[in-house]
Amino acid sequence: MRYAAPATVEEAQALLADDTGAQVFAGATDLVPQMRAGRPAPSLLVDLKGIDRLTAVTHEDGRWTIGAATPTAELTRNEAFTAAFPGLSEGAGLIGSDQIQNRSSLGGNLANASPAADSVPALIANDGQAVIATADGTRTVPAAEVATGPGRTSLADGEFIVEFTFADPPAGTGDAYLRMIPRTEMDIAIVGAAVRVTVDGDAISDATVVLGAVAPTAVVVPDAAAALVGTSVADGALDDAAATALAEAAEAACDPIDDKRGTIAYRRRVAGVLARRAAAIAVERARNGA
Amino acid sequence: MTVTENRPDYKWVGTRPIRHDGYDKVVGKARFAADRNSPGQLHGAFLRSPHGHARILSVDTSAAEAMSGVKAVVTGADFPDLPIGHPERDTAVNLMARDVAMYVGHVVAAVAASTRAEAEAAAAAIEVEYELLPVVLSLDESIADGAPLANADNRTAFSGSDDPSNLATVTPLERGDVDAAFEAADVVVEREFDTAWVHQGYIEPHACVVDVGADGKAEVWASSQGHFRVRSQAAAVLGWDTARIKVIPAEIGGGFGGKTTIYLEPVAARLSEKSGRPVKIVMTRDEVLRATGPAPASKSRIRIAATNDGELTAIDGWIGYAVGCTGDMAGFVGAMSVASYKFPNLKMEFVGALTNTPRSAAYRAPSAPQAAFAIESVIDEIAQALDTDPIELRLKNAVVEGDLTSMGGPHPRIGFVECLEAIRDSEHYQSPVPDGAARGIGTGFWFNIGEQSSATVNLNEDGTATVITGSPDIGGSRASMALMAAEELGLDVHRITPVVADTESVGFTDVTEGSRATFATGMAVVNACRDLVGELKARAATIRGVEVDAVAWVDGAAVVDGHDPLPLADITAKAKSTGGPLTVTASLNAGGAGPSFAVHCCDVSVDEETGRVEVLRYTTAQDAGTAIHPSYVEGQMQGGTAQGIGWALNEEYVYADDGTMLNASFLDYRVPVASDLPMIETIIVEVPNPAHPYGVRGVGETGIVPPMGTIANAVSRASGVRLTSLPMSPPKVLAALDDR
Repeated sequence: MRYAAPATVEEAQALLADDTGAQVFAGATDLVPQMRAGRPAPSLLVDLKGIDRLTAVTHEDGRWTIGAATPTAELTRNEAFTAAFPGLSEGAGLIGSDQIQNRSSLGGNLANASPAADSVPALIANDGQAVIATADGTRTVPAAEVATGPGRTSLADGEFIVEFTFADPPAGTGDAYLRMIPRTEMDIAIVGAAVRVTVDGDAISDATVVLGAVAPTAVVVPDAAAALVGTSVADGALDDAAATALAEAAEAACDPIDDKRGTIAYRRRVAGVLARRAAAIAVERARNGA
Repeated sequence: MTVTENRPDYKWVGTRPIRHDGYDKVVGKARFAADRNSPGQLHGAFLRSPHGHARILSVDTSAAEAMSGVKAVVTGADFPDLPIGHPERDTAVNLMARDVAMYVGHVVAAVAASTRAEAEAAAAAIEVEYELLPVVLSLDESIADGAPLANADNRTAFSGSDDPSNLATVTPLERGDVDAAFEAADVVVEREFDTAWVHQGYIEPHACVVDVGADGKAEVWASSQGHFRVRSQAAAVLGWDTARIKVIPAEIGGGFGGKTTIYLEPVAARLSEKSGRPVKIVMTRDEVLRATGPAPASKSRIRIAATNDGELTAIDGWIGYAVGCTGDMAGFVGAMSVASYKFPNLKMEFVGALTNTPRSAAYRAPSAPQAAFAIESVIDEIAQALDTDPIELRLKNAVVEGDLTSMGGPHPRIGFVECLEAIRDSEHYQSPVPDGAARGIGTGFWFNIGEQSSATVNLNEDGTATVITGSPDIGGSRASMALMAAEELGLDVHRITPVVADTESVGFTDVTEGSRATFATGMAVVNACRDLVGELKARAATIRGVEVDAVAWVDGAAVVDGHDPLPLADITAKAKSTGGPLTVTASLNAGGAGPSFAVHCCDVSVDEETGRVEVLRYTTAQDAGTAIHPSYVEGQMQGGTAQGIGWALNEEYVYADDGTMLNASFLDYRVPVASDLPMIETIIVEVPNPAHPYGVRGVGETGIVPPMGTIANAVSRASGVRLTSLPMSPPKVLAALDDR
């Protein structure tokens, strides 16, 4: 097994083109445990952290650009980023432990394609766009289109995520991410729920609801969003009927599995609960920020 | 906080010096077994059974032996076939299957190779032909009529029968007239309970390095709770004289009972013997969880009768333990652990039954937590039914000196009432229950044991001392030994070096179990020091030219009327001219280990929509007799509680139907993380044990007995529904809430 640390996207592309057994990594917080667990070692490890663009965080012209290998600890302590996307920041901050936070990244979390990835629901809820290095350039796709199933992505051989871009949220927007784990940290989500809402006057004008760990990939739930849009938040809280409809839509969107971490029935039930609670937090943030 | 009764004015005992091994452990200099590397060493790896129960028809190691780097391969045929009934047969069969693999993960063969990767590859290349046998995976399956045998070699202990059986032990207890008591009762509560298999969860995986020389002698570096037991078990399994084996104790990274038996050393020894090279074996976490420990799963039915004025008049019930694939004393030991309340009428049966799961191992007060969970839950429900304070109900029925233990003998002086009063009077219990929360009370005890220990105390030329024992330092015992020696000798604790010596450098010492190290090994140290003081007085008499009766030992000096005190260092300086080196060895088989009782109090909240339990506040009061080093007493109380909280809330083995463990990692076997726990508040209660020179009671095990009942009682009061199944994981709690 060889190791390479390219300094540019182009160098990385060349290394990957030369070796079809190569594997990119950022923090290696998934890669190393997977190798320890018996997954065959790649012939070449390509370390992306040395590429400046992959660890750069910029905010220009109404758009945020986050290098795909940026340690999540840098995102959670970036006050402006966290103010703009509190739900994404809290999702990113839940990956692993404090030590892991210094190595884990949005790009790695998405490309690992775990249905339970904590940063992914809010990445999608905030309409994150993934800039992907191809063999000879880049292409941009919605983050929602990268993972296609557990451990599977739409990335072709030799492709890797360079960065994510996000438009500044409209005025009166808030997001939130909640997950269910039996412990308080160092665990994998049994259910995750990200909600983003925009409040215009006393009503929700726009909403996105994304669930994690309840289907082969994170799932966008338009019916749950529709249950929120147009409802009143005049008294500072979600309308009861809207909250119930949201929870029911979230439950209906679940396609979970029974496994050692949770049952189908439990995941479905808690998906509704967390969607409702995340929506309430998102509404509060939207109103406070507005 | 400490609650003390009649305590003498000690100078060193009860203080909190920095532990003697602290520096090494903080800077990473302490050597654990996996830190040992010997020149030319090989690495061992195992082939483990993929089947829950299977006859081994053939093992073909030829392909493995031909592979790169492979130096030796061993199978069950490389070990003597110890007869049924031999005390170490189960140990032998468990560490290397002979004819039958009895659980998924049971070792079938082992390889030593130049690298771990080569050893693993070769182990995977060993071809085994199996004939599948029925898998017995639960207590119910094991005790069912006509159940297939989990282990055809098992005989029910103490039964006198030579028939194969799934029953390891059956222990009935009876006193009084239970039927009449239930007939006359004002209140009767009956419940069924179950608990899951749980692992001790020590951070350090099992590890050893074994070097067998051409002369046939073996040096073993091992992490264990008792290196003399490693030696005796390895000798039995290998069929060797004990004198061939020297075991050098590595530091231990947690044991909690799980390192009172061996898994690796005889295999490494045979591989080393065959290859002529030292062999190192280090388990992975996956192997630790699949093939070591755990504590038995249990099911129980408990019925308790009470009068309206709160007298608990009778208990009857059944407690069964699923003990894994070999005979085990869990059921028998469980029977000894039901002795906290007077219960004039009692009829109980305790059963241990075999399953095709890993051989169970001791875990801190083995078998008591499962029983206490059930009994403390029913008692709490009686308190609710009588609308009485749960501590007052227990105070009314708590055993005191002279009351019967479950086995019939009287309790010695114990501190159960004092612990109940300490919690009752605590700031925690006296404060209001927080909004949205509920409070639970639970109790437990462990009877503790004494057993054999040795200690040698050497006085050095300059008046410093070395205290040598054979008890590995699991919970701060070096500091405790040094403190007791300091008190006896009148010497500063940091002028004493406590040492844990190998099997050739100190007298025989039993394994650290039954919370015995500070009690029994400490008593050996005290005895040695007292003999040494006698010798010091004799030397002082020689120096002063007086009769020895005229010499007193006061605060580290020999005092003779009319002379200046003669400090210890002045006597050691003259050792050569007064009779030679000052060294004493003491050995004993300690009796009188005093039971340690504990009472716990916790506040919890329950998320009614997700079933998640949060422990908000937790206080424990425990009788330490006398706390030699209070920090390590508190550490034991807190550690046992933390493990009990894990047992209560989230820890469980998850098995597939074929017996494969599905959650063999710390990611999915959910021990509590630091942020799951509040600060565990401690109240050390000191009711001195009259059988120990300083009043010590072992404190290592009791702390894990009360938490499951304590938390279940709090959760039940918070949710309005009685929780009877461990762990109280969120899905189970939510289901219970739905059933209200």
